[in-house]
Amino acid sequence: MDSTNAQLREVPQPSRPVREVRPVVRGFVHSSEAGGAVDGPGVRFVLFVSGCPLRCQYCHNPDTWHTRQGKETTSREALAEIASYSAFLKRAHGGVTISGGEPMVQPDFLREVLHGSKAMGLHTAIDTSGYLGHHIGDDILADIDLVLLDIKAFSEATYHEVTGVKLKPTLDFARRLAAMGKPIWLRYVLVPGLTDKMDEISELARFAAGLGNVERVDVLPFHKMGEFKWDDCGRPYKLKDTQPPSAELTEEVRNVFRAEGLLTH
Amino acid sequence: MNMHVTSEAVEADNSNAWRDFAAGNWTREVAVRDFIIANVTPYVGDAAFLAPVTGRTEALWGKLKDLLKAERDNGGVLDVDASHVSSIATHGPGYIDRELEQVVGLQTDAPLKRAIMPFGGYRMVKSGLEAYGFKGEDYFDKVFPAIRKTHNDGVFDVYTPEALKCRKSGIITGLPDAYGRGRIIGDYRRVALYGVNRLIADKKAQAASYELDQIDETVLRAREEIADQIRALKELVVMGKTYGFDLSRPAENAREAIQWVYLAYLGAVKEANGAAMSIGRVSSFLDIYIARDIAEGTLSEAEAQELIDHFVMKLRIVRFLRTPEYDQLFSGDPTWVTEVIGGMAHDGRTLVTKSSFRFLHTLETLGPAPEPNLTVLWSEQLPKGFKEFCALTSIRTSSIQYESDDLMRPYWGDDYGIACCVSAMRIGKQMQFFGARANLAKTLLYAINGGRDEISGEQVGMTMAPVTGDVLDFEDVKAKLIPMMGWLARVYVNALNAIHYMHDKYMYERLEMALHDRDILRTMACGIAGLSVAADSLSAIKYAKVKVIRDARGLATDFEIEGSYPAFGNNDDRVDDIAVWLTETFMNQLRKQKTYRGSVATQSILTITSNVVYGKKTGSTPDGRKAGQPFAPGANPMHGRDVKGAMASMASVSKLPYAHAQDGISYTFTIVPSALGATDEDRVENLIGLLSGYFQGNGHHINVNVFDRETLLHAMDHPELYPQLTIRVSGYAVNFIKLTREQQLDVISRTFHGLN
Repeated sequence: MDSTNAQLREVPQPSRPVREVRPVVRGFVHSSEAGGAVDGPGVRFVLFVSGCPLRCQYCHNPDTWHTRQGKETTSREALAEIASYSAFLKRAHGGVTISGGEPMVQPDFLREVLHGSKAMGLHTAIDTSGYLGHHIGDDILADIDLVLLDIKAFSEATYHEVTGVKLKPTLDFARRLAAMGKPIWLRYVLVPGLTDKMDEISELARFAAGLGNVERVDVLPFHKMGEFKWDDCGRPYKLKDTQPPSAELTEEVRNVFRAEGLLTH
Repeated sequence: MNMHVTSEAVEADNSNAWRDFAAGNWTREVAVRDFIIANVTPYVGDAAFLAPVTGRTEALWGKLKDLLKAERDNGGVLDVDASHVSSIATHGPGYIDRELEQVVGLQTDAPLKRAIMPFGGYRMVKSGLEAYGFKGEDYFDKVFPAIRKTHNDGVFDVYTPEALKCRKSGIITGLPDAYGRGRIIGDYRRVALYGVNRLIADKKAQAASYELDQIDETVLRAREEIADQIRALKELVVMGKTYGFDLSRPAENAREAIQWVYLAYLGAVKEANGAAMSIGRVSSFLDIYIARDIAEGTLSEAEAQELIDHFVMKLRIVRFLRTPEYDQLFSGDPTWVTEVIGGMAHDGRTLVTKSSFRFLHTLETLGPAPEPNLTVLWSEQLPKGFKEFCALTSIRTSSIQYESDDLMRPYWGDDYGIACCVSAMRIGKQMQFFGARANLAKTLLYAINGGRDEISGEQVGMTMAPVTGDVLDFEDVKAKLIPMMGWLARVYVNALNAIHYMHDKYMYERLEMALHDRDILRTMACGIAGLSVAADSLSAIKYAKVKVIRDARGLATDFEIEGSYPAFGNNDDRVDDIAVWLTETFMNQLRKQKTYRGSVATQSILTITSNVVYGKKTGSTPDGRKAGQPFAPGANPMHGRDVKGAMASMASVSKLPYAHAQDGISYTFTIVPSALGATDEDRVENLIGLLSGYFQGNGHHINVNVFDRETLLHAMDHPELYPQLTIRVSGYAVNFIKLTREQQLDVISRTFHGLN
């Protein structure tokens, strides 16, 4: 019954061929969550792909850094799983979010999963640092409804300290999205002693407000729930002694964004 | 069928009570649904109109809270009237605080003082009294069973040795053979709408309709039951008089309507200590009276809320005397005063009214509580404001369960209630023979062990060749399981036939049945426990390699799994299909049985808290579950095995076919608040999304819990800080601190969605 409804809804879209032949692309996936509610609007199917060029100090999924640590799959398999939830996702005003890892590490896989999801009539989002924004073409962006953009710091120095890579590509990507009018939900992880410099945060807030396409800002208090994974990977965890930010500090940071007129949680 | 009573005098009497009501079929015959459809005012707005708690309510609830604390401090039972056998009019009026109470009536002469009802089984009453340090009158020992036989005595006179063995081994557990069966919902609204006199006239007409040429056993039973029903209605009038009310006439305003409905219900719980004593579907019925009073300017919103609050307080303190063994099965002193709220009418209008909100609002005005068991009938078509209020209330209180009106309405119409947790029945037109449940996981072990019990070693099940190889073969096990399920269905239904025959004979629920039509649909409500254990076990046998470890008696008592297998709860058809097959296959075995009183066999997938006891009585299973470990509750996937997310878990459960489990499919869902969204608005929207997705995919029932595991751990150690912490378990809600420690640990070990 569900699939019938979905098909009925699909019919009046003449611009898209009824049966489009798409390539089947190999991909590496860490895991998936059917029913996440904090990675974009509504209830979502979240696909965590593996591979990430960043080495964030607070990363809570260090087990996703290497692409081939993931489980090998294909875009067809991933889409078949998504299809089994498409009626649910539509009813729940949700969609598909590709997270990671860094989704842009596997652009071909990303393209096919996003395209297939859009073909099902689903809302799509990616959760990205934006660092590899130049890797993906406008064709991929055309199949993305929302970008959850993590800007991890707003000076090159701090950004490098946190992630080990440069900030500029992320900002370039943000401007590119702005030029296209593609909605952004900005995410900022607040780590005491690392990303709590108020002047940097103010600059980030001004930048974000200036883009014009930032619909929402989520200030995420740092937590240590991923610490055990660092131990499992045998990597030293630099933030062992860092505590989560106080509620007051978190609120103060949120107010910096709010002061720029940004809807902030 | 209702008998058509045309008495002009009766109709004239009603002119004031029925002022401004749209007339219809309901004015000519007893037809409450028709009255509701003709007069209900659907409400599509939000919760902004609700009034805050009144000082009087706060004061009264404060007194009750002290009493509830005293009850807990006293080991769970505050007081018992051990001198009087309870019936509708046996106890004089009782009050909490006569000055403050806007709705009156207690089961005995004091709040939380339990009554004794020995007709279900005297031994049960006696051990209940002893367990809590009370002693009944000496002459009771002389009366029971020498002079007055009870339901329990009757059942044990006729139980077959086979039934006794099954009962002992625990392959069938929780049978209502020593206490009230419950799960019957009187249409208490009839008393308010028509007054008792009119209902008696209707019953007399019914009796006259049985003045037949051939007066056989069936007719005699019907005539005797109707005579008993009339007697009960008369006793109800007597009981009403002790509180100063004339229930013989219809209620004339909202205050009376609530009072009349409550006293009718009170009569039922004074007469019968049923396991589940639902109130039915009263909120939108009462709303018609409240709306009229508000329009007439005689009632304010604050007063309306106060009446509902006081009514609900009464429903929160319904008590029965139970034994510690009973409490192990059904933990937390539940009474299942289930009230359904919302839903849609056949004509497309919603049955949500302002009083639907007022009932849910009691969780705010009085704080969370397990009773009454507030059950929202969810439809995609429910007004947005109501969906949002439900979701917000769930997030704040974890005290609501949801059931799919869109799924049930085609089966049961638009005036059904829920008996106990998940059992739908047309109000006043249908009842069920409550059948507890059979243990499907143990049945699988019986199939493997040739019918010998894996714990006692006794031959309990039908004798057949056991599995002999060292590795279990799926087709071999399946071929043995089918006849074993057939055997179980036969013994099970035979036991239930005995129970309900004797219950009708020795503990007939006169008042509840007086508030039913003459001809009703009866279901034989069987049930299964351990579905996910059995499904996962078969999946392990099919998709992994399961080696049998046999003990000295040659019984398979443990299993070794090599490889992995798809587990129920991950939206994987390979195992979900097995769960569906088990459900259908057992149901079809039940359908083959001859049932008492022409009842229609149904089954539920529901355990309540008995999943712990079932687990205790079941040896290790091929899914890797060790002997004694709890089952998952109801239709839930096993704890921690549903790893692909909330949607996957829901998808698996909603594949279970309601057509083959018409007594309900219970699913308990727990999510941590942070996983539901960052803000209150996000959480409300996302919870609505989850509910909509689940129900549109044919989900039947869901308990929604929103809390952190840490909260529960803290409450275990500091119960005094959490007197009202309410959690939804399988099909009902409990005060968390009233659970046994074992059950608390079981709840904590369940899957919390949103935790990594």
